[in-house]
Amino acid sequence: MATFKEFRNNVKPNWCPGCGDFSVQAAIQRAAANVGLEPEQLAVISGIGCSGRISGYINAYGLHGIHGRSLPIAQGVKLANRELTVIASGGDGDGFAIGMGHTVHAIRRNLDMTYIVMDNQIYGLTKGQTSPRSAEGFKTKSTPEGSIESTLSPLEIALSAGATFVAQSFSSDLKQLTTLIEEGLKHKGFSLINVFSPCVTFNKVNTYDWFKENIVNLEQFPDYDPSNRIAAMTKIMETNGMVTGLIYQNKERKAYDEMIVGFKEEGLAKQNLQLSREDFDKLLTEFK
Amino acid sequence: MISQLSWKIGGQQGEGVESTDRIFSTALNRLGYYLYGYRHFSSRIKGGHTNNKIRISTKPIRAISDDLDILVAFDQESIDLNAGELRPGGVVVADAKFAPTIPEGVEARLFAVPITAIAEELGTSLMKNMVASGASWGLLGLPMEVFNKAVEEEFGRKGPAIVEKNIEAVRRGAEFVLEQAGGPLDEFKLEDADGKQKLFMIGNEAMALGCVAAGCRLMAAYPITPASEIMEYLIKKLPKFGGTVVQTEDEIAAVTMAIGANYAGVRTMTASAGPGLSLMMEAIGLSGMTETPLLIVDTQRGGPSTGLPTKQEQSDINALIYGTHGEIPKLVVAPSTIEECFYDMIEGFNIAEQYQIPVIIATDLQLSLGKQTAEALDYDKIVINRGKLLNGELPANEENRLFKRYELTEDGVSPRVIPGMKNGIHHVTGVEHDQEGRPSENALNREKMMDKRLGKISELRVTNAIKADAPNANPDLLIIAMGSTGGTIEEARTRLTAEGIKTNHVMVRQMHPFPSELLKPHLDAAKKVVVLENNATGQLANLIKQNNGYHDKIRNLLKYDGTPFLPSEIHKACKELN
Repeated sequence: MATFKEFRNNVKPNWCPGCGDFSVQAAIQRAAANVGLEPEQLAVISGIGCSGRISGYINAYGLHGIHGRSLPIAQGVKLANRELTVIASGGDGDGFAIGMGHTVHAIRRNLDMTYIVMDNQIYGLTKGQTSPRSAEGFKTKSTPEGSIESTLSPLEIALSAGATFVAQSFSSDLKQLTTLIEEGLKHKGFSLINVFSPCVTFNKVNTYDWFKENIVNLEQFPDYDPSNRIAAMTKIMETNGMVTGLIYQNKERKAYDEMIVGFKEEGLAKQNLQLSREDFDKLLTEFK
Repeated sequence: MISQLSWKIGGQQGEGVESTDRIFSTALNRLGYYLYGYRHFSSRIKGGHTNNKIRISTKPIRAISDDLDILVAFDQESIDLNAGELRPGGVVVADAKFAPTIPEGVEARLFAVPITAIAEELGTSLMKNMVASGASWGLLGLPMEVFNKAVEEEFGRKGPAIVEKNIEAVRRGAEFVLEQAGGPLDEFKLEDADGKQKLFMIGNEAMALGCVAAGCRLMAAYPITPASEIMEYLIKKLPKFGGTVVQTEDEIAAVTMAIGANYAGVRTMTASAGPGLSLMMEAIGLSGMTETPLLIVDTQRGGPSTGLPTKQEQSDINALIYGTHGEIPKLVVAPSTIEECFYDMIEGFNIAEQYQIPVIIATDLQLSLGKQTAEALDYDKIVINRGKLLNGELPANEENRLFKRYELTEDGVSPRVIPGMKNGIHHVTGVEHDQEGRPSENALNREKMMDKRLGKISELRVTNAIKADAPNANPDLLIIAMGSTGGTIEEARTRLTAEGIKTNHVMVRQMHPFPSELLKPHLDAAKKVVVLENNATGQLANLIKQNNGYHDKIRNLLKYDGTPFLPSEIHKACKELN
């Protein structure tokens, strides 16, 4: 069985020293080993942005696609081969701005895969513009007078879009993050894990210390029931979206790939492509 | 006895024009006639004039006719809009309910049949299309039992009582009109067909069937006219072969999902029309850059923007060739017959994998939606070639090295593995990359990788990259075209030949990379060249000028009013240009 070291490669990430994404990378590697995967059984599909580079920093099959489209690419991979474990990942701009349409529909489609968002409330790779996750009033290069748009709440959107697994974590809490990714990988359906992953270069407001002060860990609420969707929504709203832990899980709803009529357990990619003469003739009959 | 005739049915959209046409043509197909259909419809569900025209012949035909023999009309508007097409001596079968009249100057016989009245007498006015089609079938004097069989198939799932009522409606319609006419009309007596049952389908169905045959098992698509029939066919068929269709949230999701699935080893396609293709452009670049096979069908319709969504045009060619930013290898093919719609899908999927490039199959609305007779499709021509896709066990990589997915090879195509394979791990990125797929900005690597990718297709030629009918060593006119227009050109050529104008004819099928060496001898031999296309700027003519030159010889013949060329239009224009 592979250890987390086997999910490492020799590529040095081009992230800034202190970037939250390093811990997310480590957590994915640990979680993948902990759930018993071999590197070749994992496909990491990422978007564009600083965090999008993550697919190149994990020893697994990796595809670094186009901005905002990691989710449809990842869904294509999963449909083509259900035997693979598929992780999609990217930043808050990738998933909640340019790719928001895909995020909502990937959630409601509910394929068995895990989506990890590295949420730093800013555009880093383009050197500091506002993101849908930026707070109102947040000053950036594109909002010099402060952002005048309201902040998007991905967790509320996920719940209302029919998410079957919603979690949030903080990159400094490697233990919680690793556990949540493991749970996400094991969940039979689409799991969204939003990770506060501070940008140490361009975001001087939402810093590590700021998050430590503002995060509300669900561990404080021993009676919290993650199967209760209304309680989940309430908790997100009560904490102004700062809650961390497993916020909601629906174990009843089947994954999309389990509901496709006639879809086999064996990966489609392994199946025979050749059409028999008999089947071909049968198809032709309908046009006579 | 005649060897061909044209029949048209017109009414309000939603009034049963489609189903009448379907039953009428199915019955004719059963008798072995060659058919070619044209649909005039609007982008709405109910209301608005719509009509379907079918040409019926004892010999192969691939064009709509200039004129019309029989018009079946549910309303006066259908007569007013279409009577001008009737040839002298043509016939109008219309509902007596609206007291139909033939417009002044049109020499046609009118049969006013109480279509609605008979239908209502039988229980519901919904059956008026059956009364009408029965009446026109009766005038042709064709065997009733064949028509009844087609009715039975159309309504069979609704139970025997419904079938019986509809057959009765057909009988009453025929009975009424035959009494009025004194029996079947002699001038419309068709010669017997060969009785051999042929394939009768639209181009979209031929392509969808080609997909299944090619081993395509997934489709991701967003509904759009005139492409939707492809996804509708595949969602019915793919589950039988283990696959499925996903209706995505938009065309960007459709194409990127297809890229993901192809990357993971399943032949996957998407289909759309101009607006969807515009949205897909960035992703097509990803496919080219990451050398991930991809197949896209573009059923061209009237552009730009929403344009004429239900009308004929061939105006996406520039966008398909040049639409993506940066420079990638790709193949753009325009099938020119319904059979090619089928075979091009198989070859297209093969080329996508053999060359690891995006392949775009570009039809036009008339080819996609015009229902027509197809030659028998040959099972033995279905050959699947997956190129350099590796299977079995891979040797271990050197310490800290990845599988060389982008290995520099002589032909520029690298071995390919799919996720799940041990020792096959590599990186894939739309960022410029090295042989293992790692991002690289190294200048030398950049040049090598660009040359590798673009070089792959330098010699790529599909089967019949051009199709030539060149009986004349030095023709007065060389007619060049693409897509659905070939059959119409053939009819015009017959007339030109009869008048002593020598013509050769080339259909260009491979739009990119352009097969200029194949076209050159034809251009050299011709005194003048007419490039015929359904767009306003002469996109094909410009491609020829760009790749071959011959600016002085080339003349444009353009039509961009949303309707396909008629043989008479081509005939007249060619005479003038000669």
